[in-house]
Amino acid sequence: MAAAVGMGQQWVLVEMVQAFYEAPAYHLILEGILILWIIRLLFSKTYKLQERSDLTPKEKEELIEEWQPEALVPPVSKDHPALNYSIVSGPPSHKIIVNGKECINFASFNFLGLLDNERVKNAAQASLRKYGVGTCGPRGFYGTFDVHLELEDRLAKFMRTEESIIYSYGFATIASAIPAYSKRGDIVFVDEAACFAIQKGLQASRSNIKLFKHNDTADLEQLLKEQEIEDQKNPRKACVTRRFILVEGLYMNTGDICPLPELIKLKYKYKVRIFLEESLSFGVLGEHGRGVTEHFGINVDDIDLISANMENSLASIGGFCCGRSFVIDHQRLSGQGYCFSASLPPLLAAAAIEALNIMEENPDIFQILREKCKRIHKALQRIPGLIVVGDLFSPALHLQLEEPSGSRENDMKLLKRIVDYCMNRSIALTPARYLEKEEKCLPPPR
Amino acid sequence: MERPEQGPGEPDSHPRANGCSLTGYGALRNGYVRGLPEAETQIHHIAHNGGLYRRPFNEDFEETPMLVAVLTYVGYGVLTLFGYLRDFLRQWKIEKCHHASEREEQKDFVPLYQDFENFYTRNLYMRIRDSWNRPICSVPGAKMDMMERLSHDYNWTFTYTGRVIKDVINMGSYNYLGFAQNAGICKEAAAKVLTQYGAGVCSTRQEMGNLDKHEELEKLVARFLGVEAAMTYGMGFSTNSMNIPALVGKGCLILSDELNHASLVLGARLSGATIRIFKHNNMQSLEKLLRDAIVHGQPRTRRPWKKILILVEGIYSMEGSIVRLPEVIALKKKYKSYLYLDEAHSIGALGLTGRGVVEYFGLNPEDVDVMMGTFTKSFGAAGGYIGGKKDLIDYLRTYSHSAVYAMSLSPPVVEQILTSMKCIMGEDGTTFGKECVQQLAENTRYFRRQLKKMGFIIYGNEDSPVVPLLLYMPAKVGAFGREMLKRNIGVVVVGFPATPIIESRARFCVSAAHTKEILDTVS
Repeated sequence: MAAAVGMGQQWVLVEMVQAFYEAPAYHLILEGILILWIIRLLFSKTYKLQERSDLTPKEKEELIEEWQPEALVPPVSKDHPALNYSIVSGPPSHKIIVNGKECINFASFNFLGLLDNERVKNAAQASLRKYGVGTCGPRGFYGTFDVHLELEDRLAKFMRTEESIIYSYGFATIASAIPAYSKRGDIVFVDEAACFAIQKGLQASRSNIKLFKHNDTADLEQLLKEQEIEDQKNPRKACVTRRFILVEGLYMNTGDICPLPELIKLKYKYKVRIFLEESLSFGVLGEHGRGVTEHFGINVDDIDLISANMENSLASIGGFCCGRSFVIDHQRLSGQGYCFSASLPPLLAAAAIEALNIMEENPDIFQILREKCKRIHKALQRIPGLIVVGDLFSPALHLQLEEPSGSRENDMKLLKRIVDYCMNRSIALTPARYLEKEEKCLPPPR
Repeated sequence: MERPEQGPGEPDSHPRANGCSLTGYGALRNGYVRGLPEAETQIHHIAHNGGLYRRPFNEDFEETPMLVAVLTYVGYGVLTLFGYLRDFLRQWKIEKCHHASEREEQKDFVPLYQDFENFYTRNLYMRIRDSWNRPICSVPGAKMDMMERLSHDYNWTFTYTGRVIKDVINMGSYNYLGFAQNAGICKEAAAKVLTQYGAGVCSTRQEMGNLDKHEELEKLVARFLGVEAAMTYGMGFSTNSMNIPALVGKGCLILSDELNHASLVLGARLSGATIRIFKHNNMQSLEKLLRDAIVHGQPRTRRPWKKILILVEGIYSMEGSIVRLPEVIALKKKYKSYLYLDEAHSIGALGLTGRGVVEYFGLNPEDVDVMMGTFTKSFGAAGGYIGGKKDLIDYLRTYSHSAVYAMSLSPPVVEQILTSMKCIMGEDGTTFGKECVQQLAENTRYFRRQLKKMGFIIYGNEDSPVVPLLLYMPAKVGAFGREMLKRNIGVVVVGFPATPIIESRARFCVSAAHTKEILDTVS
């Protein structure tokens, strides 16, 4: 036929028409049906996978009527242990009046006894006479007083770092410092027993968090090795993810010290930065009270950031971070608790300066503190049924039940009875408070 | 457009023309401000609900004139180009590098800061850095003493000459009622408590830090606000960031205003709830979000929301606008959601007796579920509080993060709050408090009128003591700060990133301690 023959030849229109006339009928009919089908598909409506029914306004009104929210807060039972606070009248110093009873105070963090010190109070009075109470503004807008600058200077000199920065609240210090450096996509290796403020800081930073077992450098090294293997798979990403190790000098939850020399070795081996949180160890460890770096004899420049709060040893309110200017200066613009919050009331800053003066003049109080801690620790070991959780020279100790009954509530009740018994014999203790639902690794009742 | 909601028992609003609506309460004109003939006054949002407001609500945000906007962008463009040029020079060591750098031993670590993050800081912020962080060495009252600061290398480092500039008029501190004083009854009381109790507390609220003074303070705060109970915290910022997570969690919805403060944003993020943002003070946007939320439920599972919490502020610190509280409360009641009101700037500053924005609008404090505020601004102290029903406060006493882990207020600070609050309430026997509140209101109106007469663009509500004055161009920001200092007036200038990039402004905080002469000098 002409159609078959035309394979190698050039098609001419006339020949095309000829081929058309000479094609078999079934061929033409088939092609016609195909063309009609294609046209139909092109013009038909798109096929929806599921029927989306838009609600009529009436139905919307009904939904709005029906919706019942939960109560804003769930009711709290009247005898919840944390509801009724013990009321302290008078200063919370060594002898404390709790609920009308005078007791020896073993429950406040007043480690160096500076809360009641006359010199500190006089310095605060002088500052009150000069500045009034509040600062009425954040640091950026006329809230920077010369006392703040002086305190920052003194703290930097005391800790032998280049610069320090002051926050007006201890909790906010570490909770603002972490998100200033560690952002989404960065990796932070944190000890399991980290305190709540650190956990909140990490949550706010949205970084990847890797927990390692408490004070277990082998576990940490394992995690670091795994991370290194990950890095080799994706070197470009690894060049920009920052890595941090976050540890506490003296842990609030367990009372023991972090193994800092090994951590420094790991730092240089795996190229991670170390952030040290020294709330309990500042003013306690070390010959002159400079904290865990002095205790181990480590060069303070090896630690990238030291953060502490002034509410324990310095008997004031607030917190500070110190380190090299390269690191600390960044927080002046990006620390949320620094930029968006009023500055520390000057009388508290003056109290802190005076407390620092006392610490520098009498370096033997740290030795006295250590002796006392050792004595108490030894004495408490002898109590049957209770284990002492904490290092030999840690001023904050936990007493934990040796045989927990398995139910947290019962344990807490028993501990409360122990606390009440002690109060009746003029010793003030307190059960350690935790928010049970919020803590990542809830410590056992103590 | 949907018919907006009526308040209970209000008469029908008459048909509106140009946003003026007259109702039976006697000519209430809402939202329509007769601006200056040459300026283009555009109203952002017109209050439809004439009947809810018992006094005129005059708020306006003028549109940026086109020429100024273009010039501002050009200004930023030039600065950015220069920035790139200098970075290039610094990299090639032609220009000296002033800022601190990494340790030698740690040079091969992953860099701590991305270069681009700090571009703005290095090149734009450094040039005008001397307008911020100015140290003072006296009470932050109406007049203050500033330490003189000089820079020889273009603001990279500062040296203090040791001289003190005396009597600088203070238009920057949040000293609304003038309680920042170092003499007087507040100071005497605080001094006594300091001698008795010491400066710090050294314990958390739930452990051993609950002094009798704290209990006294909380009862007083509850009485002041007109609520059942209250609870106080050591820091205003952390009041928000630690209590919002205790109230809402996953499965709840937070509707937050566009321009909310960083503490509210942080608290909302830490809570884990879904956050949706409505346009600033725009009730239609809020209503639409509420309706959509209830009708459609949670995003993917379509389950109903557990709770809806609306976060608003009393006075917005960068805009000077006041929240449209009557409408928000009407919406909240209709859609059964909860309201969290942050009165950081408005407590003590608004209202006939200084009770805040609730009193300013004449509403019932029990309508607001959570009333939060700070003591830093009007009371001259530090710390924050939350007030509300007894169930709420009991719950917060048990479960708030701050009560369990953070320190309580320092005793002299508590005493300052007690005395100043009693003074404002008039319980100390004098009318000093009431006079302060009235003085503040007068000062605000006077100051705003003066500035408007001079032709500046002022944002915000007429009754708000926060007065933002638009500057727009980046160069003006630095120049304004310096020139005002030369004339012995200390002002606050704010630019990007606290404000949108073309709307840099200078912000004045009017105080009751300012006298008419001071205000005249400033104008």
